[in-house]
Amino acid sequence: MDLENQKRVKDFADELGAENLIVILGAAEGEAAGLAAETVTAGDPTFAGPLTGVQLGLTTYHVCEPEMKEEFDEAVYDEQVSMMEMVLDVDDIVSEMSAIRDEYCKYL
Amino acid sequence: MAILEGKKAIIIGDRDGIPGPAIAECVQSAGAEVVFSSTECFV
Amino acid sequence: MNSVIKGASYVLVHTPDMVIYNGTTQTTERIVNPESDYLKQVPKHLRSYEEAVGYWPNQTYIGNIHPDELAKVEMPWYDKKMDNADRYGKFGEIMPQEEFLLLVQVCDMFEVVKLEAGFVNAHKEAFAKNPIISEDISSRITDGVSSSDIEHHVNDEHAEGLYHDGKLVGCVKKAHDIDVNLSAHVMHENLMSKASSVLALLYAVKNAGIAKEDVEYVVDCAEEACGDMNQRGGGNFAKAAAEVAGLVNATGSDLRGFCAAPAHAVIEAAALVKSGAYKNVIVTSGGCTAKLGMNGKDHLKKEIPILEDCLGGFAVVISEGDGENPEINLDMLGRHSVGTGSAPQAVMTGLVISGLEKGGLKISDIDKYSPEMQNPDITKPAGAGDVPLANYKMIGALAAKRGEITPKELGDFIAKHGLVGWAPTQGHIPSGVPYIGFAREDIMSGSIKNAMIIGKGSLFLGRMTNLFDGVSFIIQANSGDASAEAGVSEEEVKGLIAKAMKDFAATLMSE
Repeated sequence: MDLENQKRVKDFADELGAENLIVILGAAEGEAAGLAAETVTAGDPTFAGPLTGVQLGLTTYHVCEPEMKEEFDEAVYDEQVSMMEMVLDVDDIVSEMSAIRDEYCKYL
Repeated sequence: MAILEGKKAIIIGDRDGIPGPAIAECVQSAGAEVVFSSTECFV
Repeated sequence: MNSVIKGASYVLVHTPDMVIYNGTTQTTERIVNPESDYLKQVPKHLRSYEEAVGYWPNQTYIGNIHPDELAKVEMPWYDKKMDNADRYGKFGEIMPQEEFLLLVQVCDMFEVVKLEAGFVNAHKEAFAKNPIISEDISSRITDGVSSSDIEHHVNDEHAEGLYHDGKLVGCVKKAHDIDVNLSAHVMHENLMSKASSVLALLYAVKNAGIAKEDVEYVVDCAEEACGDMNQRGGGNFAKAAAEVAGLVNATGSDLRGFCAAPAHAVIEAAALVKSGAYKNVIVTSGGCTAKLGMNGKDHLKKEIPILEDCLGGFAVVISEGDGENPEINLDMLGRHSVGTGSAPQAVMTGLVISGLEKGGLKISDIDKYSPEMQNPDITKPAGAGDVPLANYKMIGALAAKRGEITPKELGDFIAKHGLVGWAPTQGHIPSGVPYIGFAREDIMSGSIKNAMIIGKGSLFLGRMTNLFDGVSFIIQANSGDASAEAGVSEEEVKGLIAKAMKDFAATLMSE
């Protein structure tokens, strides 16, 4: 995850409280999604950014996951995101995200 | 209980997936407040 | 009359040492994690020049094989070597690092580039022997300096080192003691972009069969900025490169638009020529050292070589309509506008549909689409997916939404209208334009009748706007009549004569 973005996530967690935050991802692939999810839960696995070794345990989802879709206004999701369901491998994304959430999220 | 409602949302979008602003629209429609949105680019 | 594409060039420069010293993934790691294992491993995973030349996507980029042939090679490609791979290709070449450093010295107008004397002597002959390097260029090579001189500049004067085979062989000095915009780092980046653009210009002129004196205007569409503290992005890489390439009658300017710039530039050039302002315009750009090894960490993790080890460059020659070469259609431009929004669906609609609708065309009326043609060998292991394929899925999804195809026909649509990706991840370099050289040939041979070039840009990276950007244009077969709009048509003349005779007959009758 971009180093500046890691810094912002960390600052918001300190400022607003990790339990009040939720991180929504838009990654193109399962692996990239998993990497971003791991960064905001268990720490930056590439040891490059401010979240290295920082275990925020934030609640995190990918925008295409069914639990998220359920809560969005259907017309808004249809216009903004739906076409990408034909492009992305949503199953792969769901599987990567679920694994990270199950292991590292503290506030589910 | 709804996952998003009343929460403060941080959005990390992807140029080759779903960009930040598109996610923000969805998240706001579910009652979350967007505190930060970014779109990353790896290519 | 529409302007035509008279020729195109595509060049690569193999720069393995610059991956280590100038790629931002590596330079950032050196700041954040100087003892990291990654940094120690990088040098062991760089490819040799021969390996870079023998790499199927690189041979495609310079025109030795068509993308359709690359598509038949089983992926991944990084573990395969193409038979009969050649440094030189139909569109350009893959230049080795040592010769490129000499070209960089040639491009240096302010004595900031210093090369070690032995290094210059060892490679100047090979540099001069390259058929594309004319005497006016090779004669500009100057003798090198001592290695202690170079070490002093690097160690004591903040010069940017130039390395080859792991050894320090030169440096780029800062051009000013205080101005950060003229730092050694900036001078290095800019000189590399300029030099690779020069190489592309030389091949473009040759491939188009025009004389250097015929070029009136050059548009540079790279992503660097050159200037000083009072005008940070003043620019004109275009003219700087044109000077070295010997385009004596040309001026030029830089067009910036992140990765969408090449597509913007081709439209601008086509409009300049169609309007009659200039007769021959070349769109060009060099490569980007910052992006070298950008996804290196992912590649190493997956035990793949560092594939982002080449700078890319290209140039397209756009000339007056000639009744022969494929034309650039300016009546069906697509664009992502301020009001389009960032939803992928809206972006694609803006880029693809808005243009087609102007001409009453359907999505399937375009034979081939060339959006972002990044090599999937590079992007898939890095979690960015197969970018061309994702674009085709989106275009196909739009076609399905509009009832042109059924969702089940998506695969066939992609096979028919899509291409496999082959270009290096050098930002603007893969964005739409890599196919132009092939498109020109495919149209002239009749295997396709048109192609749409799509460029997309991530403007938000510059933190001035959150917007996306992109434009598209269609290349089509020439209508064939070089004199179509020149003066009055034959039909009109016949009509005028007939009327005159009728009037004369009427006059006779009345007398």
